[in-house]
Formats: sequence, C-alpha cells, structure tokens
Amino acid sequence: MSDYLTDFASLFEQYDVLAAFWVNLQLTFWAAIGSAVLGALVALMRISPIASLRLLGTGYVNLFRNTPLTIILVFVVLGVWSQLGVSLSSDFNQNFFNWAVVGLSLYHAAFVCEAIRSGVNTVPVGQAEAARAIGLSFLPAARLIVFPQALRGAITPLGNTLIALTKNTTVAAAASVAEISSLMKTMIEFRPDVIIAIFLVVALGFVLIVVPVGLLTTWASRKLAVKR
Amino acid sequence: MAKTQNVLFDVQGPRARRVTTVLNVVGVLLAAALAWVVLGKLAEQGQLDAAKWSPLFTARTWENFLLPGLWDTVRAALLAVVLSIGFGLLFGLGRLSQQAPVRFVCTVVVEFFRAVPVLVMMIFFYLGLGRSGLVESTNAPFWAVVLGLMFYNGAVIAELIRSGVHQLPKGQREAGLVIGLTPSRSLRMIELPQALTAMLPSLVSQFVVILKDTALGYIITYPELLASGRRLGAGDGNILQVLLLVALVFVLINYLLTALAAWLSRYLSFRTSGPTRAAEGPLAAEEAKA
Amino acid sequence: MRNTKPLGLAAMAAAAALTLTACGGGGGETGGGGETGGSGENVRIGIKYDQPGLGFRDGEEYTGFDVDVATYVANELGYSADQIEWVESPSANRENMLANEQVDMIFATYSITDERDQTVDFAGPYFVAGQDLLVRADDDSIQGPADLEGKNLCSVTGSTSAQKVKDEHPGVNLVEQGGYAECVTFLESGQVDAVTTDDIILAGLASTEANQGKFKVVGNTFSEERYGVGLPQGSEQCEAVNEAITKMIEEGAWEEAVTANTQGADYSYNEELNPPEMEPCGE
Repeated sequence: MSDYLTDFASLFEQYDVLAAFWVNLQLTFWAAIGSAVLGALVALMRISPIASLRLLGTGYVNLFRNTPLTIILVFVVLGVWSQLGVSLSSDFNQNFFNWAVVGLSLYHAAFVCEAIRSGVNTVPVGQAEAARAIGLSFLPAARLIVFPQALRGAITPLGNTLIALTKNTTVAAAASVAEISSLMKTMIEFRPDVIIAIFLVVALGFVLIVVPVGLLTTWASRKLAVKR
Repeated sequence: MAKTQNVLFDVQGPRARRVTTVLNVVGVLLAAALAWVVLGKLAEQGQLDAAKWSPLFTARTWENFLLPGLWDTVRAALLAVVLSIGFGLLFGLGRLSQQAPVRFVCTVVVEFFRAVPVLVMMIFFYLGLGRSGLVESTNAPFWAVVLGLMFYNGAVIAELIRSGVHQLPKGQREAGLVIGLTPSRSLRMIELPQALTAMLPSLVSQFVVILKDTALGYIITYPELLASGRRLGAGDGNILQVLLLVALVFVLINYLLTALAAWLSRYLSFRTSGPTRAAEGPLAAEEAKA
Repeated sequence: MRNTKPLGLAAMAAAAALTLTACGGGGGETGGGGETGGSGENVRIGIKYDQPGLGFRDGEEYTGFDVDVATYVANELGYSADQIEWVESPSANRENMLANEQVDMIFATYSITDERDQTVDFAGPYFVAGQDLLVRADDDSIQGPADLEGKNLCSVTGSTSAQKVKDEHPGVNLVEQGGYAECVTFLESGQVDAVTTDDIILAGLASTEANQGKFKVVGNTFSEERYGVGLPQGSEQCEAVNEAITKMIEEGAWEEAVTANTQGADYSYNEELNPPEMEPCGE
C-alpha cells in the first residue's frame, strides 16, 4: 500500500497536474465572462421589439445549443484559424487558448441566453407594465426593471451553466490547448499501474471546483430570490 | 413569456418601422459583405472547389461513413438513455429515502458523478476497461462512451426525479398519507408517477445532451458520427466540408428533439400536478415556451 | 447446455451470429472459433481504419500498405482474402487486444519496442519507418528538425514524437490536433510549416487523391521505428509470418505495395534499412 502511495506521489513529480488544472480554471474564467456578455446580448435580442433581431437570437441559440462542443472547438481552429488565417494572439500557444475561450463562449452563451430568458419568465407582467407606465422605453425598462429581477431568478440555471462550462473546458484539447484531460490520458498511457489513482485525482479536482460553485449558487438563489 | 415580452414595448409606429427596415437592410448588407470576404478567403484556399464538396452527396459517403457513424451514435445514445434512467431512478429514489444512511450515500454518489466531466470518465473507462479485460477491448470504446454518459446523465436524472417530486404540490403527498398509505407507498403510487410525467420533457432534453456528448467518443476512438466523418475527411482531403455536414446533421436531429420536448411539455401539463417545464439539468436547456 | 437436436444448434448459431453482427456494427464476416491455425476458419487481423495509405476502411473495402502486407501474409498462412476479418485496433488498445486474444495478429504501424515485447510477441519487422517531416511541395527551407526553429509544427494530441522535437528544439511552435488529416489541412493553408510522424504515415497521407502533388516527405528520418506484426504472447506463428514476409520481399510484392500506397507523395523509403531483415523469433 505504501508502495502504491510512493508510486502515486512520483506521478506529481513527473507531471504537472496543478498547472494543467490551472489552465482549465483560466479557460473557465475567461469563457464565463465571454459567454455571460454574449449570452446577455442574445437574450436582449430575443426579447427586443425588432423582429429581425429576435430571429437572429433564436437562430443563434438553436444553432449553438444543438452542435456538439467538440465540433465547435475543432471548427474555430480548423476553419477560422487555419483557413481564414485569423489569429487572436501573436504568441502561438496563446492563440489556441484564446480560440478555445471563443469556442467555449459561443457554445455556452446559448445556454446563458436561455437561462436569462427563463429568469425573465419569473418577472411578473405587472413589473413590465409599471415600467411602461412610468414612460420607460424598451432598453431602460429591460435594463432597470426586468433584467435585475430576471438575473436573480436565473441564478440556478446560470450556476448550472457555469458548472457545465467548468467541466466542458476538458474538451479544449480539441483546440490544441494542453489541459487536464489530455494530461490524464498521457498519464494513464504511461502509468497504467496507478490508473484508479489518476482518475480519482482528476475527478476529485473537479469535485473540489464544482461542488462549491453549486453550493454557492444554491445559497445565492435563496438569498437573492425575489419574495413575491 | 410572451406576455412579459409584449408589454415591454409598444407596437412599432411608422417611423420606427422605417428605421427598423433601414437597419435591417444595412444589417443584411453587412452580413453579405462579411460572407463575401469569408467566401473569398475560402475560395483562395481552394475550400470551395467542387471536388471538395461533391463527394458529400454521393452514396458512398453516406453508406460507408456517415450512416454507420450515425447508427453508432444513436446506438450508444439509446443504451445510455436507458441505463441512465435506471441509474437515475435508483439514486433519485435513494435520495428520497426515509433512511438517512441511504440518502447520504446516494447524495454523495450523485454529486460526485455530476461534478466529474464526461470526457474524463470516458477516458478512464476506455483505458481501464481495455486493460481489465472485463469487456472485449474491441468494444471498450463503446462501453466507455455508454458508461461515461450513463454515470453523468444518470446523476442528472436522479436530481430531476428528486426535484420533480419536491415540486409537486404538498397536498398530493398529504392526501396519500390521509388515505392510509405509508410515506414510501405514497411516494411510489402518488408522487413518482406524476413527477415522472412532469419530467418527461426534461428527459427528452437530456437525450439531446446525451446525443451531443457521444461526439466526445471520437477522442477515445469510438466510431460515431464525428469520428466517421473525420475518417472520411482524412481519406478525401475535405475534412472541413465533412465536419460542416456532420454539424448540420447533429443540429437537425437535436433541433427536432428539442421541439419534441417543447411539444411534450405543453401536452403533458394537463396530466400532472407538477410543473412540466423542460430541463433543469446543468447542460439541459431551459426550454422556450414562447 | 448441449442441445443434440440439429435444429436447436442451428438456431443457437444463428442467434450467436446475429448478436455478433449487432455488436460489431457490421464489421464484416463474423469469426468462427477464433483459434489460429486451420484454413477452414477466419483469421482476425487488427489494422488502423483511419490512416490512408496504411490502413483505411471505406465501407467493406480496406486499403493501405499494412492491409496489403497482412493480406499477403494471411494468404501464405492459408487464409484466402475472404477469410480475413478486419478489426480496428487503435494505438492505445493494441496490447489489450492481443492479450485478450481478440485478434490473431496486428498490422497497425506497430513499432517493436522492448517495453511492448514484454507483453506481446512480434514477428517481422516488415518495414522500418522513421520519424520525418511532411512539408509543402514547394518548400525547400526545411530539411530536418533543426530547420524548424521559429516555425510551426503539427502533430496529433499526446504524440511523443512531436514532443521530442519540441524538447530538442524549444523554438518550435507545436500545435496538436485530433488527427493527421487536420494537420495536413493546416499545412495546406500555410498556418503550419511541417507535420511530423513516421515517414510512411506521412507518405500515405500525401498520396491520397486529394493531396497528390501538394506535399513532400523531407526524407531525412531522425528515428528508427521497426513495424512488427503483433502476435499474442507465446504464439507459434512467428516463424511462419517471418517466412511469409521474406517471401513477399523476395517476390517483389513488398516493393509493389510500398510504391502503390505512397504514389504521388514524392517519397522513397530509407534504403539502408529497407527492405528489413527479419528478427529471430522467440525472445
């Protein structure tokens, strides 16, 4: 048993597990910001007065929500970077990291949009009517009255999307980003003797990141819930 | 939804309509210009050559690559759905159990599998199963995909069941107890059937998630649609075009499934006292009802 | 469970065949007993399905150098072409498939290494490949890994050969993709300058109809990969396989297979090491 533990410890000397996890966390951070901004924008489009914007928003959601993330990530690199020659950084590796963030943002923005829309559903019609009655037009009404309440109602699905995003960063290897899942594959291929331990380390790493996020959103959704 | 949306703004007047039309035209022109630049670039790279596109519409492409791939995708997804419903029922009921230890164990299991990325599980099962000899290593990729999907989606479904039961009006359970049922019988005979009906749309949405996630199988050499497409693209030198087609197939199937979920949620809302809104799972979409 | 009635047996066999085809997803003819030997049975051969020029599956058609050598060897061992049952054997699964006796032999760019020799037996080698670079046909600036400083190199995710180049030449930019086909697309578009892996794999990629004439293999190998025939440990077929390969080389069929599968790639194999000498069996 102690032999096993020594073997296991040697794994950490040989491979930089923490650095790989750090990449996943960075991906999560930037893609969370990206998808929040983009998702809010699309949500706004979907409830806007202009029919063409609504159509665009709906099309966006249906397209990106229904495409496997792997394909999106392969596509940004294979299609946009290699064929159109668009680089997002002069640094070679940073470029792929940035493209992975873009791919992750595009995909999760569709879910953020739907989460916000479900939050909009929780806002009573009276609120919107009151906003209109005091003379607010669409954008101020959305910004000042509807969205603040909608966001509170959308905390749970938004938290779920954040958790999904955290886990989905493992697919970034498809866009040539060296992160934990590709490291895990390498580790198992070269150290099959400690396969269970490798899996548990990676799995527990995610549990450590994801469970607090889940608890936090549950707490926040209760704390911030609009009492009606 | 529709109601909130409509009161947010007035029906556009003549001036606003004119502005909108102008902006629409400008928007379409901008989009066309962008498309022109992109297509120009692609043409420059030779990606628009007929030789790269025409093979997509031949019988060989579909018979030898895409249809077998699609079948492998559907096969794995179907089995994963069935198994994850079983897993979900088992642990979902476990979390509703009267026994604290059972509840605790089930909670830990469910939270664990909800937190671990599907891809990480797939890689583990792929390399682990192959070595252990539990399944034929030829079938290891298939089982790795199915098991990875089962554990994750099963945990999600367990949560759906638990929240489905919790979301039923309290009166249902109270009525059950009043007519002399034990709590567990009330759960099985009164609450669960309604909760299951209520969560059917979410289940269909979860199927979309499962179908999409089978595409991760290409990373562990499972010959599903994406992997078959890549193989085809490797042989014919048109991987970009093939990927586009594969994405289109995925979007189409998933769009239909999502539409089915939306229809189910409206249809079933008369048959249960629980809310039938689709999807509560982390990846599942909040279904639009507009 | 022995059923003496012929009808029952037939039904059982039919059921078994059905289950097998259902599981195999239509992977060709279903195997008989699976034991090696008699010419009345099938032989299960593991190949790659996704490497044009080496092992590639297109419906029920299998092509490539590995496939050609495997067909020849199987033929010498007494199996006709329609007695061969092809099985996909991805790199990570090759040892397992042999250890669990799910294939009788593997021809899948399988390098003989001391580490692998401990768990499986090898016959051959039937080809000596070496790590090399694929570049655009009009690019003369890259003659070897040393010329890659500051250039972009593509390989598949987790490839040790690519990592080796990067470790020795830190100035190289390495991009990793799911498959070599993506790398070739990058190379064609100009975003990467070279693709690296074994020379014959590169040649196979470059010789597909769509890629012919666009790329060339540099031809300056910097490693030695001896492709062997993977056999289950303790197999008695090693000698026979070696004889078959030797015969293939002497007859000229080997040369033909290499040429046919690397056409249009501007490729010639390393003549100092090829055609290879068979290594003695049973070590």
